[in-house]
Amino acid sequence: MLSDASPLTEVRRALEGKMAYSDRAWRELANLGCLSIMIPEAHGGLGLDGLELCIVAEEVGRSLTPVPILPSIYICAEAIRLYGSQAQQAAWLPGLADGSTIGTFVVGESKGANGTVEARFADGCLSGGKFVVPDGNAANVAVVATQTPMGMRLLLIDLDSNGIQRTPVASVDPSRPVSIVEFEQSPVEFLGLAGDAEWQHIRNRAAVLLAFEQIGAADRAIEMARDYALERKSFGRPIGSYQAIKHKLANAYAKNQIARAHAYHGAWALATGSPVLPLAAAAARISAIEAFSFAAQENIQTHGGIGFTWDADCHLFYRRARQQALVLGPVQHWKAQLLRELRGGFGDGGLG
Amino acid sequence: MNFDDNAEEALFRLRVRDWLEANAVRRDDRGNVDRSDTDARLARARDFQKRKTEAGFGAITLPREYGGGGGTAIEQVIYLQEEAAYDNQGVVDFFGVGLGMCLPTILHNGTVEQRDRYLSPGIRGEEIWCQLFSEPSGGSDVASARTSAVRDGDGWRLNGQKVWTSGAQFSDFGIITARTDADARKHRGMTMFIVDMKATGVEVRPIRQMSGECEFNEVFFDNVFVPDSLRLGAVNDGWNVALSTLMHERAGIGGRSRDLGWQRLLAMAEEVVIDGKPAIEDWRVTEPIVDSWLVEFGCRLISVRGQTALSRGQQPGPEQTILKMLKAPLIQQHAYLAMDMIGEAGMLTAASLGEDWEEIERAWMFGAGLRIAGGSDEILRNIVAERVLGLPPDIRIDKDIPFKEIPV
Repeated sequence: MLSDASPLTEVRRALEGKMAYSDRAWRELANLGCLSIMIPEAHGGLGLDGLELCIVAEEVGRSLTPVPILPSIYICAEAIRLYGSQAQQAAWLPGLADGSTIGTFVVGESKGANGTVEARFADGCLSGGKFVVPDGNAANVAVVATQTPMGMRLLLIDLDSNGIQRTPVASVDPSRPVSIVEFEQSPVEFLGLAGDAEWQHIRNRAAVLLAFEQIGAADRAIEMARDYALERKSFGRPIGSYQAIKHKLANAYAKNQIARAHAYHGAWALATGSPVLPLAAAAARISAIEAFSFAAQENIQTHGGIGFTWDADCHLFYRRARQQALVLGPVQHWKAQLLRELRGGFGDGGLG
Repeated sequence: MNFDDNAEEALFRLRVRDWLEANAVRRDDRGNVDRSDTDARLARARDFQKRKTEAGFGAITLPREYGGGGGTAIEQVIYLQEEAAYDNQGVVDFFGVGLGMCLPTILHNGTVEQRDRYLSPGIRGEEIWCQLFSEPSGGSDVASARTSAVRDGDGWRLNGQKVWTSGAQFSDFGIITARTDADARKHRGMTMFIVDMKATGVEVRPIRQMSGECEFNEVFFDNVFVPDSLRLGAVNDGWNVALSTLMHERAGIGGRSRDLGWQRLLAMAEEVVIDGKPAIEDWRVTEPIVDSWLVEFGCRLISVRGQTALSRGQQPGPEQTILKMLKAPLIQQHAYLAMDMIGEAGMLTAASLGEDWEEIERAWMFGAGLRIAGGSDEILRNIVAERVLGLPPDIRIDKDIPFKEIPV
């Protein structure tokens, strides 16, 4: 389905600013029930665990499908499903499930375009910031993780309400657009009592799902490089017969197999509610960042000069690899988490 | 991927655990060097292999009629996982090559007489086997064998030299590749034989390796007579027989290796101080440990996936190829980090640092060897690129010409 609804030409249209996301692919995904896999049946979803969504994520990754599935489904819908009140679930989940509503997330204390930004919460309203928000212009609703007088809390904000400034900005991968968002006395609701632990849980689950997108995309980049190495001849023979190319691609394959192994482990931890999720999610995230970054950069290298042109598709992968390496926090952040889990005695990954 | 045994596997695992608890000694993880003499070590290994065979664990996947366990590949994996916590009494050192490579080759390629004669004593640990493929002119290039076998009455005369033969000094028999037709192309003119290592004209000389130890040998063959009844497979079909041997070598998945691992590095980092700061708070130290865990545990997960495939009666996927290629260099890197963590004292050896340090010293030395043995890092990358990714083979100037015309 995705290879029809979301060919790389669709990624290019988003990249060139002709659309914020692929409406065609988004509607197809919604029609097939891909967006509502984890949403309860009562709210228009399928009520399944995460494994099916992992499969969807890998295919979305393979096609670099330009849709807001990470902010809307992996994060916003999950936060509302897990921690929202009945009323909040009823208000938002049906729209998120059928794709008519798009969700995103805002991290209340984070690095903005010009240094650290902080949100101020007072009297049920949020002010301040110049937050970097994925799909910030397309989104209708956001989960905000921010400090409040009651400590770190998850808040829900209707982005179509007054006092919110949203400005699209240039980013490394315009096929996954980013906005700068400012709040001015914008009304918010608490998402139950959810705080830092719950936010980390959401991030860990999203890291596993995103890892599946990354390994799908890395596989595709490796195939592209392989196909080109078979076709391109240099000094009278296919460049794929040279060990310099072979060993490079064998390394890319090995890195992605390690990432795949950790992603499967993460999927198992996610679906079973295992206490090793923080370890498995960090491992999936780190190895997927490294595998996709390597595959994307060496795909360009294997293509040589043609790989550096706008018309070749290599840069679509190179851009997405960077965007996905940063969107849930950089590799260093996740390595620190992994070290904490190893020191905490979780290094056997629940395998005994 | 499945992390749990099914009911039959769980039952088998319990049986293995009970037997090991009653018949083997748990090992500690420090100081794994056995300094007793060869005869004493061999006697212990023989005794343990004999008892394993009586319990059905001596050669789990080989047929019962020869003393094997008649079991499945997954049972073999389960046994190895459980045995990893115990001292295996040197069984692998003396019988590993025979059980893992030579005897399966005889089972699949040998005559009825050969199977009846050799399988049972080999499985019971009564006879020791070695594998004679590598030669001074070619290690990775198995089809380049120059040792010759020439017809002589009802047998053959072997002349030439083999190298890197583990266990040749105490082996009773070996399987050997020899050139039987130098006019044919290199892959078409080799034949495999069983050779009596005590026969006249066989000379074994130890190789002193860079660690100072002698685990491998050179073996010289001077007009050694081999009866035709000991030919393994058809004349000039030795390449295919050798391929089947090497497949058995690479099928050894699933066992938990006990190499110097991230746990020890992490434990060291918790104790050591570098530049006035605990090493555990120093990213120069902890990042390589985190990276190591990612590869080590990733490899373990890939093994589990292979194990799940075996358990379902399927072939493990091509991703199994990358395990050795990733793990061998890691051992070397682990040793460097451990030595670096203790500063200049890292120049010393276990002789002054204590028995505990032997594991690290060995990882440093043998890490270098592991990257070469059983398929070098480079050959394994070629295999991944050619067999998994489908890239074309390198141009081989020696492939399509008569062997005797290949430049030496």
